[in-house]
Amino acid sequence: MMMSCKHATELISQGLDRPLSRSERLRLRLHLLLCLGCRRTQAQFRFLREAMRQHPWKL
Amino acid sequence: MSAFPEDIQSSLNSIRPRLLGFARLQLRSAAAAEDVVQDALEAALANLSKFAGAAAFQTWVFSILKNKIIDELRRNSRMECDVDAEAALDETVAELFNERDHWAEMPAAWGNPQGSLEQKRFWEVMEACLDNLPAAPARVFTMREFLDLETEEICKELAISPSNCWVLLHRARIGLRECLGRRWFGESTA
Ligand SMILES: [Zn+2]
Repeated sequence: MMMSCKHATELISQGLDRPLSRSERLRLRLHLLLCLGCRRTQAQFRFLREAMRQHPWKL
Repeated sequence: MSAFPEDIQSSLNSIRPRLLGFARLQLRSAAAAEDVVQDALEAALANLSKFAGAAAFQTWVFSILKNKIIDELRRNSRMECDVDAEAALDETVAELFNERDHWAEMPAAWGNPQGSLEQKRFWEVMEACLDNLPAAPARVFTMREFLDLETEEICKELAISPSNCWVLLHRARIGLRECLGRRWFGESTA
């Protein structure tokens, strides 16, 4: 049973804030392999972090 | 004030807009931002002897401001409930997924978004998108990504559980992704 995209986006988000468990990582990796929408979401969530790091108001 | 060297004054004046913007993003109130920046500048001037060198000056003033903002957030940790914005975000999330919780519509690619960071207009859109978020996810997101706090610290400051914190961060990221997609990366609204 494939993980839902909604749950995958939750794990992608949480992966930026806590270490995922081994099984979470494996299931997410499998989902990402098969799902372009979630791969894009992962790239975009990472971009949001990168952008905030480089915010012109930030030092 | 006139007792301070001119370059300190002009240095403070030149970073003031950034300090204000930084504080406004966290506190979501221009008046509260003014207060906390004023506080931080006074504290900086009162402790001028503690910093060394012009290069470190901005970093030092920012760290003072950051602590003042965290104090302010702690004092005022009860987050206002933003009924309309919360409902709008609920709807955004609901529309993304179908009844099996898979994508209702494939998210568009952003190409190479890195170049956007150089553009002033991008940051205006980003600020508007942050302002559009409900207060709770916006606050947790800016504490995480702007103040660089760990989730444990955020939970402690705001007295919420880690899972609540993760839910808010996920909602903030989804909301920002949708808003930037629409208003900056030129995705058409379905
Ligand atoms: Zn997916």
